[in-house]
Amino acid sequence: MDFTSFLIQILNALQYGLLLFLVASGLTLVFGIMGIINLAHGSFYMIGAYLAFALTSLTGNLMLAIVLGIPLAFGFGALLEKLLFVHLYKRDHLQQVLLTYGLILIFEELRSLTVGDDVHGVAIPDLFSASIRLSENLSYPVYRLVISVVCIALAAGLWWLMQRTRLGMMIRAGSFNREMVQSLGVNIDMLYRTVFALGVALAALAGMLAAPISSVYPGMGGSVLIISFVIVVIGGIGSVWGALVAALLVGFADTFGKVLMPELAGLAVYLLMAVVLLWRPEGIFRKG
Amino acid sequence: MVGKDRKLRVTVSALGLGLGMLLAQGAAEAADTVKVGLMLPYTGTYASLGNAITNGFKQYVAEQGGKLGGREVEYFVVDDESDPAKATENANKLVKRDNVDVLVGTVHSGVALAMAKVARDSKTLMIIPNAGADELTGPLCAPNVFRASFSAWQPAYAMGKVVAERGHKNVVAVSWKYSFGEQSVAGFKEAFEQAGGKVVKELFLPFPNVEFQPFLTEIANLKPDAVFVFFAGAGAAKFVKDYEAAGLKTNFPLYGSGFLTDGTLEAMGGAGEGVLTTLHYADGLDNAREKSFRSGYVAAYKAQPDVYAVQGYDSAQLLAAGLSGAPAGAFDKEAVMKAMSAAAIDSPRGAFTLSKANNPVQDIYLRKVEGGQNKVVGVAAPKLADPARGCKLMK
Repeated sequence: MDFTSFLIQILNALQYGLLLFLVASGLTLVFGIMGIINLAHGSFYMIGAYLAFALTSLTGNLMLAIVLGIPLAFGFGALLEKLLFVHLYKRDHLQQVLLTYGLILIFEELRSLTVGDDVHGVAIPDLFSASIRLSENLSYPVYRLVISVVCIALAAGLWWLMQRTRLGMMIRAGSFNREMVQSLGVNIDMLYRTVFALGVALAALAGMLAAPISSVYPGMGGSVLIISFVIVVIGGIGSVWGALVAALLVGFADTFGKVLMPELAGLAVYLLMAVVLLWRPEGIFRKG
Repeated sequence: MVGKDRKLRVTVSALGLGLGMLLAQGAAEAADTVKVGLMLPYTGTYASLGNAITNGFKQYVAEQGGKLGGREVEYFVVDDESDPAKATENANKLVKRDNVDVLVGTVHSGVALAMAKVARDSKTLMIIPNAGADELTGPLCAPNVFRASFSAWQPAYAMGKVVAERGHKNVVAVSWKYSFGEQSVAGFKEAFEQAGGKVVKELFLPFPNVEFQPFLTEIANLKPDAVFVFFAGAGAAKFVKDYEAAGLKTNFPLYGSGFLTDGTLEAMGGAGEGVLTTLHYADGLDNAREKSFRSGYVAAYKAQPDVYAVQGYDSAQLLAAGLSGAPAGAFDKEAVMKAMSAAAIDSPRGAFTLSKANNPVQDIYLRKVEGGQNKVVGVAAPKLADPARGCKLMK
C-alpha cells in the first residue's frame, strides 16, 4: 500500500464510520435514555430507504424526498410510541425484545406486500452526481462526501441539542429519574415521545441518505441492526459522543481489517468490541 | 329410546359409507397422481426467486394440460425462508408427513445441502431448481438428487476462458467469503490460469457486508488488466454502482459470473452497461422454445420471465421426462430416476442433458449488458459439464 492509497483508505474509514454513526445515534438515544431495546431500529432504516425510493419516484428528486420523508418518519415514530412503545417503559427487556422483534416481521411483510421483493435503485441527485479524481485511476463520488458532511453536521447538532438546550437538559434528567422530572412539572410523556420520534427520524434519515449508494432491498434493516448495537455497546449506552467515537473506530477496524488481514476481516469489528469491553465493560463513554 | 338408536345407526352407516368413498378416492389418487413438494423461499430476500421458480414450474404443468407424464400433480408447499437452521425440519415435513414423491427445492445453497441430506437418507427423489453449490452434484451427489440449474463452477469456469481469450493477463478476483463465492472464484481461476493468466489477488468480503470502498482503493492500487467478481442481488447492484462511481470501470474492465447482472440491472441504473457476464441463460436467445415459453409466461403472470423461471420450468420438464419413461400405476422411483438421467431437455436456455452426477451439461453464454438487458453475445463454453470432483457416480 503506497502513501496515497493509505490516505484514501483513511478517507474510506472516516466516511463509513460517519454513516454508521448516523444509523447508531438514534438507537443509542432510545436505548440509553428510554431504556428500550429496540430491535426494530433496523426496520426504521429500511423504511427510510424505501421512503426515499417511493418519494423520489413520485417527486423526481431525492432532496425533496428527504425533506418530505423526515417529518413523515418523525410523525410515524411519535404514533408508534403512543400506540405501542409507551406500554414498554415499565416492562422487562424480554417483552421489549418480543414486541420489537415482532415489529421487524410486520414491517418486512408490509414492505413485501406494498413494494415487492425486487432490488431497486435510487438516483443520486444531479447536483452531487460528479466524482472527484483522487489518484491516477481512482475517483471519489461527491455524494459520499456530502453524506459525511451531513453526518458531521448532525453529530454537532445532536451534541448541541443534548448539552446546550433546555430540551436536552430535560431529556438527560428524565433518563436518570423519570418521576423526579415529572414532579417538577415537565410533561415526561411528551418528552419520551419526542426522543423516540427523533430516534426513528434519525434511522430513517440514514436510510434515505444511504439509499442511492446501497440500493433498497429486502432485509436491508437487518444488515445495519447488529453493527448499530455493536457501536452502541462500544461507545457506551446513551452517549451520543460515544456513538460517534465508536462508529469511527468500527469504520477504521472494518476498512483496515479488510485491507491488512483479509482472512479475518469479518472478525475485526468484533475483536475491537471484545478489546474495548475488556478494557471498559461499560463502553468508552458510559457515565456513572 | 328407539328413535335415538335408529338415528345413531344411520349416522354410523353414513360415516362408514363416507369413509369407504374416501378410501376409494385415495386409492384412485395414488394411482395417477404425483405428489410434488415445493420447498422454496416465499418470504425474505429470495422470495421473488421462489415465486419465479414456482411460476415456471406451474406453467409447464399447465402447458401439459395440468398433468405431468399422464399424472395429476398434487402440490405440497413449504416456505423455507432461506433459513438453513429450519431446512431439515421443513424437508422432513414434506417427506414424512406429506409423503411426497418428489422434493423440489431450493434457492439457498445451505438450505439445499440440508434438503439433499434428507433426500439421500430417505431415498426421496429431489430436483434442485436453483442452488448452485458444487457439492450437491460433487462430493455429495446421489442417484436420486438431480439439478435442473447449474453448478457455481460452470459460469465461472466459462468466464475464465473468456477473460484469457480477451488477452488479459493479470486479474483481481472479488467476492463474498462464503462457499458460493469461493467456488466461483476457484472455477474462474482454474480456467484462467490454465490459459496462462494469473489471478494476482483474491479479495474476499465477509457476507453480507457491502462496504466495497476499501477494495476499490486496493484495485486502483494493484492496477490489474481486469477484475472478476461474484456478487448477487443487492450486493451486486451496489458493487457495480460503486465500481463505476470510483472511475474504475473505464480503466479495468469488469467481468462477472452471470448473477451479477440478473435481476439487478434496474437497481444499477446505467452503471451496468457494457459489463460482460457468463450464464446458462440470456436475453434474446433465438430458439422456438424460448419464444413460446416467454409469450406463455407473460400471458399467465403479466411479467417477463427470468433465469429462475426457466429453471422452475425445466424442473417440471425433467420430472415429466422421468414420469413419461416410467410405467403407469404406482410411482416407480427407480424407473423415474433412470428416465430422468437419460432425458434430453428442450429448455428455453437451449437443449441440455444431464451428466453422470445429474447436473446439466449445457451451453454457457457470454452476455453483455445493453439497454438494461443481458444480451447474448455468443457461447462462452459449449456443452460444459461440471467436473463433479469427488462424486462417486462419475466412475
